[in-house]
This record gives sequence, structure tokens and C-alpha cells, in this order.
Amino acid sequence: MTVTVYIPRDSSALSLGAERTAKAIAVEAKKRDIEINLVRNGSRGMFWLEPMVEVATDGGRVAYAPVQPEDVAGLFDADFLHAGAHPLNLGLTEEIPYFKNQQRLTFERVGVTDPVSLDDYIAHNGYQGLQKALKLGGAEIVKIVTDSGLRGRGGAAFPTGIKWNTVLGAKGTQKYIVCNADEGDSGTFSDRMIMEDDPFVLIEGMTIASIAVGATQGYIYLRSEYPHALKTLNTAIASAYNAGYLGDDVCGSSKAFHLEVRRAAGAYVCGEETSLLESLEGKRGLVRFKPPLPAIEGLFGKPTVVNNVISLATVPIILNKGSQYYADYGMGSSRGTLPIQLAGNIKHGGLVELAFGATLRELLYDFGGGSANGKPIRAVQVGGPLGAFLPESQFDTPLDYEEFNKIWAVLGHGGIVAFDDTVDMAKMARYAFEFCAIESCGKCTPCRIGSTRGAEVMDNIINGKDVQKNIKLVRDLSDTMLHGSLCALGGMTPYPVLSAMNHFAADFENRS
Amino acid sequence: MQLIEQHIAAHKNVPGALLPLLHAIQDDIGYVPQDAYKSIGKALNLSVAEVHGVVTFYHHFRTEPVGRYILQICRAESCQSMGSEKLEAHVKAELGIDYHQTTADGALTLEPVYCLGNCACSPAVMLNDEIYGRVDANKINQIISEARAGELA
Repeated sequence: MTVTVYIPRDSSALSLGAERTAKAIAVEAKKRDIEINLVRNGSRGMFWLEPMVEVATDGGRVAYAPVQPEDVAGLFDADFLHAGAHPLNLGLTEEIPYFKNQQRLTFERVGVTDPVSLDDYIAHNGYQGLQKALKLGGAEIVKIVTDSGLRGRGGAAFPTGIKWNTVLGAKGTQKYIVCNADEGDSGTFSDRMIMEDDPFVLIEGMTIASIAVGATQGYIYLRSEYPHALKTLNTAIASAYNAGYLGDDVCGSSKAFHLEVRRAAGAYVCGEETSLLESLEGKRGLVRFKPPLPAIEGLFGKPTVVNNVISLATVPIILNKGSQYYADYGMGSSRGTLPIQLAGNIKHGGLVELAFGATLRELLYDFGGGSANGKPIRAVQVGGPLGAFLPESQFDTPLDYEEFNKIWAVLGHGGIVAFDDTVDMAKMARYAFEFCAIESCGKCTPCRIGSTRGAEVMDNIINGKDVQKNIKLVRDLSDTMLHGSLCALGGMTPYPVLSAMNHFAADFENRS
Repeated sequence: MQLIEQHIAAHKNVPGALLPLLHAIQDDIGYVPQDAYKSIGKALNLSVAEVHGVVTFYHHFRTEPVGRYILQICRAESCQSMGSEKLEAHVKAELGIDYHQTTADGALTLEPVYCLGNCACSPAVMLNDEIYGRVDANKINQIISEARAGELA
């Protein structure tokens, strides 16, 4: 019998040599005259183990990892195609604690299926949510999404159902569904994984959104730094059109939904929804004043749903299994699961999907295994470049939107970047200003000018010049940016700056 | 210019055409020549200043020719936590150029990038569309020499 061998096509796996490993396995199999069925799956998200090779057996998939081309001949010698013993044999993939201890809902298929195979998608619960949605009215779909408690996973955590309800109620012959796939936060890659490793779930989520609010056109605004995601999405969209899941008559429902990927062009601020809409219209990505809300006057002035990749990709399982199933996970007002990304100086970096409520410490040590080099983790930045830095004393904070608010931090898009004890927090504060200066759209003064002046004042602090006076100046400037900026870029740059200053004062005060 | 006219013709009726058009031109010839602003503007009913404004707003678009390979080094926090600053300094010294510059042999243009979404495998770099993780000095030297030899696709 032909054995199926899985080798990921995910960017992170490719970045560690998965393509060479896949070629080596194909060549070696041919040399030995063994027929194998080579599937390029998504990644299981255990990136310290990539490239991970899995072999299908009667008892489940067995992992060998990490596999480099030079290991391949030895694996064949050890009969890895029948789960033979070998130092790289990790046993059943789904019994690896890092994977087993997760609650994978949004990511249920990621790493399991062939991302571009529609048949594989359908065989693993795909398109069941859409089939249910097609039997419901718009208001019923919106109610299910609202009742699930799903909140925007891009970072703002606004209830998805309420946003949809506004678009449903807005008058307009043309409405749009826009997917914000401009995942620019450092330490985040969950959107990329969905798009590369299970693109149909995003397409299905957007299609359900279109049925719910009465939109006929969708755009995925994808960052230009993700060329592999672009290819995968375009391949999947073409298959969905061919099979009648997209087009003028979605699944014979006589409802139309057309979908297209639009490439961004390297501007971080275009992750802000109104800037994104300007960019989609072919303009400079300047942030718009609100109101009007995009739900009322969005793309080309029409009612528009703008949702993050993860929010949209979570909709199919909610429709399929019901709002209560999803709402049963989580804590407080943070319902469901969060795909957490462990990044930076961490031993076991990767994707961990868990119900809200786990603590940072569990993530960093039970899953992450501590820092990559064994040094103490001194600080973590949660929620991207606009997220606060947290010291060890706050590692027991549960991952929950409100609990993070209480300590003046944000969960954002769920990215956690760890730093060891060599980090200079004054330099990190300077970088936060520098990044804001590079990426500011320039529309409002606190962000455009404040960021540049902030970096200059931080330089003075780093050089030990008038330290106390300049610390006060940074605090004043941060106050202006916090309260006077038009969007989160200028308005949240003070989070990393002030949290670094508050929790790691010695790095600022003891400069010589 | 004939190529550019073809791209303009293919995109001018697309809603929000400017970014897709600029991408098509840059994908094709490596940059967006300023000479093309006038034809682009005419087709999309925009002034030359508006076209220039959009091209220069986005970090991705370039108005000058580039090397055969574009090497992007991630400067964001996750990569910093794994030593990307040292890597940047090493690459700049190795190539003898700074960011936004091209080596004298025309092989490589060096660009900063703010996150490649490979943050569990920091530091990360990208050479054209190929991504590399856990990059150290040895690995980057190998990537550079392979690019110089034109061995990479």
C-alpha cells in the first residue's frame, strides 16, 4: 500500500528548509523504488520542530522532526514509512503535549489537511457552516455570531456580531466584505498560517459574512510581505469558483459573492481599518475621521464589514457547531479561543490555540519552555509593536481582554514576544517611537511629529543627557500622543514606551 | 513604455486600480519609473502629483531600478530579541552598502522590513520571495554568495 507522507508548505517550515527536505524524500523514494504519496500540508505550528515530516499509520500520524536532507537516507533505512524507530521519531503527532494540550477550533484543520485541496477541506468539516448559513436569514446568522461572543481578533476586540448587524441594517444596493490581512505586528503569524495552511476556512467565513449582511463583493487586503499566502489564497479562490462556492450563484442559492485578493504595499498603518479602505480605493493610506463608521460608509462610500482574518476564519465553526459551543470556551467577556503566537527569544515558538484564561506564565514556560538560550525571560511584549512590555511580576495575568486592560496592557492579535535579560528597555522604547515615525501616515500631528521628537528625546536619555528632565518630557509627549492621536498608531505608541519606563526604570535612569 | 501601457490598459477599469497597477508594473520591471506617472494619471483620472503621492507613501514601491535580488532583513521586535541588530551590521559590512542601496555588481539591493510573519524562527530575512529563518552570520553569507552566483531561482 502507498504510504502518505506529509511535509509542510507553510512559510516558517520553508524558511527552515522544508522544500529541500521534501525533494530529498521524493528523490530517495524514487531511488529505492518505493511509491509514496507526498502531501504538502500546513504546519502543526510547532516551529522548533520544523521541518516536520509525518507518516500516516493505522494508529494516526507519526512525526519525525526536525528532518534535514542529510537525515533522509537514515529514515528510509529505519523504515520510517512504517513508523520505524529512529532518534527523530517523536511518536504520534497529536500526542505531543504542546499540540495535545491545545483547544484547536479556528485552527482545527491547520497542519492536518492539504491547504489547496477543496476535497480535503470538505472531508474535514469544511463548508458545513456555510450550508447551515444558507438555510438561515441574515438576522439569524448575525444573532448566532453575536451570541457566540466573538470579538474582533485583529486587536480592537469589538464584537463581530454587532458590527455585522450595523452593516445588515445599513441601506445600500452595494455592500462589501473586507478582510484585513495586513498582519504587520511583530510576533504575529496566525493570519499567515490560516491563509497559507487553511485558506478555504477564510473564504468560507467571508462567504457566510456576505450572506449575513447582503454583500456581493469581498476583498482580502493582504500584506505584500506574504508572497506564499498570496499564491495559496489565489489557488484556493480559483478552486472555490470552479466548484460553485464563489460566483454569481453560491451553492445554488442564487446569492452572489465574488472574492479577490488585493496586495498591500508595506505600510503598517494600513492595518488600521479606515487607512486600509483608502488604500483599497487606490489612495495614500491616510486614516479617516470616524464617524462615519465603515459599517455605514466604508469602501467606496458603501456599507462595509471590515474584519480580521482570524475573526472571519472562526465564523464557520460557530455556524457549524452553534454559538453556545464556541461561547462555552473562555472567561468573562472574552469568549471562545485565541490563537496565541509564541515568538522572539523562546525555546518552543509556535502557534498555541487556547480558550481565553490561560496565564502568560503557562504560555511562556509550560508551552514555550522558557527562553531560547536558557537565560531568564526579563520582559515580554504582548500585542505587537503597540503593545505594552510586561515584567515577570505580571506573568500570572490571564489572557483576557479585560484583565489585560486592568494592567494597562493589550492582548491585541495574540502575539507574545519574549526577551531575555540582555534586553535594553530604553532602546526598546526608542524603537517604539522610531517605528511610529517610519509608519505614521502623517495626518495627525501627535503621531507625525511626536514620534520623531520622542526618538530624539530617547536618544538623549540613552546617552545619559539630562535624564530626569528628559524622562518627564517623554511622559508629557506620551500623554499628548495618547489623547491627541487620530488612530491607534500614535495613540498606542506610548504603551510600549511608558510600560518600559514604568516596569524597567533602571534601564532609563542609570545611564552614563 | 509599451509594457507599461499594456498594464495600464489591463487595469484601468478595475475599482481602486492604482495599487494593483503599480504592483503589476513593479513586478514586471522591478520599479515604477517616474516617466510613467503621466500615462497612469491620465488613464485613472489622477494628477501626476496624486500618482507620485501614492507611489511614495508605500514602502514597497520603488522609483529606481534595483539589483537582481532584493534582500530584506527584518528589524522588528521579535527578530531584535534574537540578535537581528548584529545581523544587520554584519550584512551591511559584508556588502559594503546601507539600506536602500544596491551592491556595485548589481546583485543585491538591501532593504529593511518590519515583520515577515516568521517570528517563531527569528531572526528572519527574505531574498526575493524566499524566506529564511534562524539566520546567523554563516547562513546569511551562504545566502549572499548563492545569490551572487545566481544559483537561486
